[in-house]
Amino acid sequence: MTPAAAPERTSSGARGLVPVPGPRERAGDRLFRLIVTGFALLTLATVAALAWQLTRGSLGTWRAFGASFLWGRTWDPVNDVFGALPFLYGTLVTSLIALLIAVPLGVGTAVFLTELAPRRLASAVGFAVELLAAVPSVILGLMGMYLLVPAVRFVEPSLERWLGFLPFFRGAAYGLGLLTAGLILSLMILPYVTAITRDVLATVPRSLKEALYALGATRWEVVRGVSLPYARPGILGAVFLALGRALGETMAVTMVIGNTPRISASLFSPGYSMAAVIANELAEAVSDAHLSALIAIGLTLLGVTIVVNGLARLLIYRLERPR
Amino acid sequence: MKRILTILAAAVLSAAPAAAQVRVLNGAGSTFGFPIYSKWFSEYHKAKPGLQINYASIGSGGGIRQFTEKTVDFGATDGPMTDEQIQKAGGDVLHLPTVLGGVVPIFNVPGVKDLRFDGAALAGIYLGKIAKWNDPLLVKLNPKAKLPDMPIMVVHRADGSGTTYCFVDYLSKVSPEWKKSVGLGTSVNWPVGMGGKGSEGVTGLVKQNPGAIGYVELIYALQNGLSYASVRNRAGLFVKGTLAGVTAAAAGAARTMPKDFRVSITNAPGRGSYPISTFTWLLVRRHGQDGKGVEIRDFLRWMLKHGEGEAAALGYAPLPGAVKARVAKVVETIQG
Repeated sequence: MTPAAAPERTSSGARGLVPVPGPRERAGDRLFRLIVTGFALLTLATVAALAWQLTRGSLGTWRAFGASFLWGRTWDPVNDVFGALPFLYGTLVTSLIALLIAVPLGVGTAVFLTELAPRRLASAVGFAVELLAAVPSVILGLMGMYLLVPAVRFVEPSLERWLGFLPFFRGAAYGLGLLTAGLILSLMILPYVTAITRDVLATVPRSLKEALYALGATRWEVVRGVSLPYARPGILGAVFLALGRALGETMAVTMVIGNTPRISASLFSPGYSMAAVIANELAEAVSDAHLSALIAIGLTLLGVTIVVNGLARLLIYRLERPR
Repeated sequence: MKRILTILAAAVLSAAPAAAQVRVLNGAGSTFGFPIYSKWFSEYHKAKPGLQINYASIGSGGGIRQFTEKTVDFGATDGPMTDEQIQKAGGDVLHLPTVLGGVVPIFNVPGVKDLRFDGAALAGIYLGKIAKWNDPLLVKLNPKAKLPDMPIMVVHRADGSGTTYCFVDYLSKVSPEWKKSVGLGTSVNWPVGMGGKGSEGVTGLVKQNPGAIGYVELIYALQNGLSYASVRNRAGLFVKGTLAGVTAAAAGAARTMPKDFRVSITNAPGRGSYPISTFTWLLVRRHGQDGKGVEIRDFLRWMLKHGEGEAAALGYAPLPGAVKARVAKVVETIQG
């Protein structure tokens, strides 16, 4: 409720302060326009410079391996053979696990907070969610290493017993690996999904909901029929923002993923992510080929992020178009 | 107001000449040597206030790169530069050993307090050929220990590191198969196992997982009170990693040491030698610029005379006398 009320207050408070425009203000306006245009262009230039630098730094790798770098499975810094696939796989799989857990949990929490919870409880839970967003990733990584890893190791044998018919839940229970990394990531992105979804749900017009209630709809029917469809573009935006964070997360992931560039169907087995390998190997990358390959991983990660964001834009655009 | 300005001006004027007189040397590289280097540099600054040495501990790879590009006045590395790298850096490069370090195997086998390994056993484990703790080879090395029928979980460093370099250098020397199929580097393509980030990551994984084996720097093991295994040296004796054993390895290798000190001292001869030991080096140009070469030379003289004595207190193994004398001779050839 608060986010909807806030803008109203500021606009009414500011009304008396807006100065009468004069010729000097026009010059000021122009200056203002130039400055903010400059700011916006600077952002664009930064992205362009980033892409250019990454491309330039990784030229050696693209020349040596071409596009096959993207599906190469070997990472051997000693013999200068490099392939990005295990890292791409690890990044995408852990992010997917994180989304599968965090989206239902986050949207559910948001529905509870806006539609069901008593106001006091809602503000307390809301505060906790925002607090979770502020926890530095290295702290979450430590927590993962000392709490989550033993817990996962304990749970994995039972998971294998019940779900072992699927290839995803087999193998030795180390406690480290794709599953644990996905769990840590889901914890990191949960506050994003929850907080944004809550704010979007709060903007659903009261009259719509009341109309449905007047027709005798249940709470569930109102949430399903009005609130969620109305908020869908915003929720999707939240999901993609969270996904962006999950794709790029480094520290917490590298502490629990096992750091092994191998592709295996089982989520119990250790893996590696793109951000993690860059962070781990950049400082000691002595040969030029190794450095170039790490930068190529960086460029690939940038590419993945851009594709994901592009898809998000497309999806939101199509949903927002009037049917 | 005027008075404040006068005071400010006076302060600026009096500070300016002092600032102009402090010359700065910049170095970068090895994280392994960072604790002792920063201590040496701060003490040298106290002894010689006119010179300040800044050191960025960015890793050996970064140190070699910045040294090659001449963005720093000296570099520091845990693995020597290759001929090709030296050529790229202009050829005029000196490797000067400063202190020594060792790498020790740590393990977590339920019911087993002490273990002994040899080269074949360690290479076999890290190649994935020895997969269980009750493997006949391990039982033969440890007749007293009750080794369980338990899979070995191999842990290595995930981040590129001089520790890994030293460890795989040893494996390459004792196992032709390792040399052929994996090789030598700060990061390698590990046949088995999983990676922990940093010494603390490796230690955490080993402590948490029954059946795990890993490797950490000797200093790290000593400072954190970890128990570790002994390793059989070239003379056939089982040696536990100690500072004295590491220094003995350097002394054992001293006789056959090349002039440029680019030498691996793993698997060194000598009864007391600890086999997984390594130098760490400063990278210096023989012909410096703007008098910086002379300043580096003066520092190195000081280091050999006063600095080495402090190494052990910080957990580093000092250079043996024979090596120190040879380094001193090379230091005197630095000019410019």
